[in-house]
Amino acid sequence: MRTESRGSPCLDVSPSLQLLEGGRKGSMNDSPAIEHRLTEDVDLHFEAMVREHQDRLYAFARRLSNQREDAEEIVQDAFVRAYKALKTYDAERIRSMALRSWLYQITLNVARNRARGRKPVTETLNGEALERHADTAEGPHAKLEASRRRADLATLVAGLPSRYRAPLILRYVEGLKLEEVAQILKQPLGTTKSNVHRAINALREAITRSRREMRWNHA
Amino acid sequence: MRKKIEIRESHELARRLRDLGGLRAPSTLLPAVLARVGLADKYWTVQSPLGPVYVAHSSRGITRVSRAASAAAFEREYRHRFGRSVSPDASSAPAAVRTRVEDVAAPAKGEVRFDLSGLTEFEQAVLKKALEIPRGQVRPYGWIAREIGHPAAVRATGSALAKNPIPLLIPCHRVVRSDGHIGNYSMGGARAKKRVLEVEGAEPETIERLASRGVRYLGNQEKHYFCYPTCGGINSLLKENHVRFRSEKEAFAAGYHPCGDCRPAAAA
Repeated sequence: MRTESRGSPCLDVSPSLQLLEGGRKGSMNDSPAIEHRLTEDVDLHFEAMVREHQDRLYAFARRLSNQREDAEEIVQDAFVRAYKALKTYDAERIRSMALRSWLYQITLNVARNRARGRKPVTETLNGEALERHADTAEGPHAKLEASRRRADLATLVAGLPSRYRAPLILRYVEGLKLEEVAQILKQPLGTTKSNVHRAINALREAITRSRREMRWNHA
Repeated sequence: MRKKIEIRESHELARRLRDLGGLRAPSTLLPAVLARVGLADKYWTVQSPLGPVYVAHSSRGITRVSRAASAAAFEREYRHRFGRSVSPDASSAPAAVRTRVEDVAAPAKGEVRFDLSGLTEFEQAVLKKALEIPRGQVRPYGWIAREIGHPAAVRATGSALAKNPIPLLIPCHRVVRSDGHIGNYSMGGARAKKRVLEVEGAEPETIERLASRGVRYLGNQEKHYFCYPTCGGINSLLKENHVRFRSEKEAFAAGYHPCGDCRPAAAA
């Protein structure tokens, strides 16, 4: 498996979401990083922080739980927890924190707490087809087909053991570097590396298994 | 051969996994979070010279002033315009907001913060410039355009002012057509605009009368500077003691220089 690192996903936030503080054009460059602004006034800049991070945290939660309502509640809870924590932190602590990793950590904790004592639920094709996906250039038939394939893969990912699921999603779905994945999971880099590797192998096996089952069903 | 197929499959799998990202958070998420942490948008009902108005604010400042027909109509309008809901604020409006809306003629107390996110930089610059026009005075659209460094964008300046989400508090009513006509107003047309200007002491009738005679500027005969007719520098002088100019060219030709307070022209 080649693990070429992709660009940080924080760079491909859609332009309409970058805006907020300084006007619709080029505000990302004019205004200091959100971590820095939060040190001045949490209440004033909290909304900008949510806007900046909500899409990636939602994708993360959605792929962890594979349920739309659950994902939204998980991310809501995570942001509320983050807000309460930020209100108690002093400026120095906020300035020195890795905000994105920290938000992923909170989201993961919320998701794990909710999942405890619950059977994994998988979503049907219908739910997945309604997903608000970023690419809309495909025709309706291709879109439905792509959507079905996404749903199938999402179901397989959500079915992975939890120790594999989070590293796989963070590394491949969210596109984070291994170092950041390790930081989020609070693991040594080597552990993360091998878990990501095992996760991919487990996913491959799951794909092969599901193809075999499908053939059986069609036979 | 087998190795090659494996690598190709790996790339394909990585691509499909990447494709699982790129989701947009539901639009209900942000409002729900803000409501849960107590940062959701709220509004007060405040009396103004035009009757009761709704004044909404986010955690970052005032977002909207509206003369909607009812609270329900205002909440609907707000959701439509900003994509988030707004609810009545249990606490009453701070004095800085109340006094500015209730009595536009009184000197402003305290500071008011505005949340202009969602507007373009140009629109924000226009509105911020309008905030500099003193109470009781008016400026033409062209003045704003020139002052913010876009002298040719007079029409765009008019559009930006027409879209002003925070009328009364951001005094777009103090901007009039360069031919002196009072012009339009989102809070109820020219009549409402004149009413607010009257309350502020700007004498809209006098402004229009002078304009209809082609008078654009008044000149101080002693000190040889010229002003917009409503500039404090002129009003404080004897009204008889000034000369009238139809254009800045005429004023310059007569040896007058532009007033430093109302800046009716770029210094020649």
